[in-house]
Amino acid sequence: MNINFTLFSQAAAFAIFIWFTVKFVWPPLMRAIEDRQKTIADGLAAGERGKHELELASHRSADALKEAKQRAADIIVQAEKRASQIIEEAKGTAKDESDRILVGAKAEVEQEVFRAKETLRQQVADLAIAGAAKILRREVDAKTHADLLTSIKAEL
Amino acid sequence: MASGTELTPTSYMTHHLTNMTSSVGEGAFWTLHVDTLVMSLLLGILSFGFLWSVVRGATSGVPSKRQAFVELAVEFIDDQVKSTFHGDRHAFVAPAALTVFVWVLMMNAMDLLPIDIMALLYELLGLHNWRSVPTTDINATFALALSVWFLMIFFNIKVKGLGGWIHELVCTPFGKNPLLWPVNLLFNLVEYVSKPLSHSLRLYGNIYAGEIIFLLIGMWAATGLAGTVFGTMLGAGWAIFHILIITLQAFIFMMLTVVYLSMAHESH
Repeated sequence: MNINFTLFSQAAAFAIFIWFTVKFVWPPLMRAIEDRQKTIADGLAAGERGKHELELASHRSADALKEAKQRAADIIVQAEKRASQIIEEAKGTAKDESDRILVGAKAEVEQEVFRAKETLRQQVADLAIAGAAKILRREVDAKTHADLLTSIKAEL
Repeated sequence: MASGTELTPTSYMTHHLTNMTSSVGEGAFWTLHVDTLVMSLLLGILSFGFLWSVVRGATSGVPSKRQAFVELAVEFIDDQVKSTFHGDRHAFVAPAALTVFVWVLMMNAMDLLPIDIMALLYELLGLHNWRSVPTTDINATFALALSVWFLMIFFNIKVKGLGGWIHELVCTPFGKNPLLWPVNLLFNLVEYVSKPLSHSLRLYGNIYAGEIIFLLIGMWAATGLAGTVFGTMLGAGWAIFHILIITLQAFIFMMLTVVYLSMAHESH
């Protein structure tokens, strides 16, 4: 246990090792560690942000879904209304059409009846003239008896 | 043991506790403990070279297992320094603490090598007196403590200025009253003398005592079958316990270094 020159050489070695560590060992490793810490912190922050955005997006999608349902319901209600309206319109049109057809048919029938009556009247007149001619055994001159024949025709 | 001549407990102890010396000048002071110097330099180059080789390829991405191990050690030191030293620790104090811890731990750990087998190995290399553990040499521990002491004074003057430091020496801890100046100065002188002494002797004493106990167990193991059996068991037990001591002493030495340096940075 004697103090000697070893002390100074040891102290010099110590100084060199401290210098080496301060200069070459500590800074690069600290830099690497701090970089990694920053990367991890950034990653965590990004994760947090992603989570938040997911929440917002799910809110948004729920809102959109609700709105879409609402609109679909509205559209269905409108469509039903329109459908009944169309049916009503069609009914109205059909009724008008049928009425018109009915009126036309009636008019035609009446015309036919009138024409048939006219024909019948003519034939009856002819028949009456023929009958009278037969009775008189002579030809009735249609021209001479035209006013008579016309009055008979009108009576029929 | 390896000396070949008569083997007595005294010669055994003396052999293991004698440094290899080399004279570099006249007088007892100008001798060099070659074993202490070579072993500590070797361990320093080995450990700091390892740290450097890992750090050189350090990535901020996924670290390799070796880098993770180094980072574990560095962050452990960094945490300790952070809790004690309030300032820019990355500039000097934290790397210095890492240097102290790693180097002292490595030097202490040499104590775990089986002392007689190592002596045999050294004998084969032609080294008769060769002590493996640099920290069992008071020169080594005192060199570290004294370096820290000078750093302490350097930072005292750098941070507070020469006037500030002298003011602190004469005005603390009892007060500014001129009547108290001699008492304050005496108190501080005692503190400044005791710091490097306690700092170095604590480490030296613990490791030296551990070495002595290994030697005593080794001596008992040479006395017969019972001695060998119990010596083996005790030696293993003491070595396991010694793992704690070498780590603890390295840690205490490092913490005291940090505490002294941070005290130098703070004004009272």
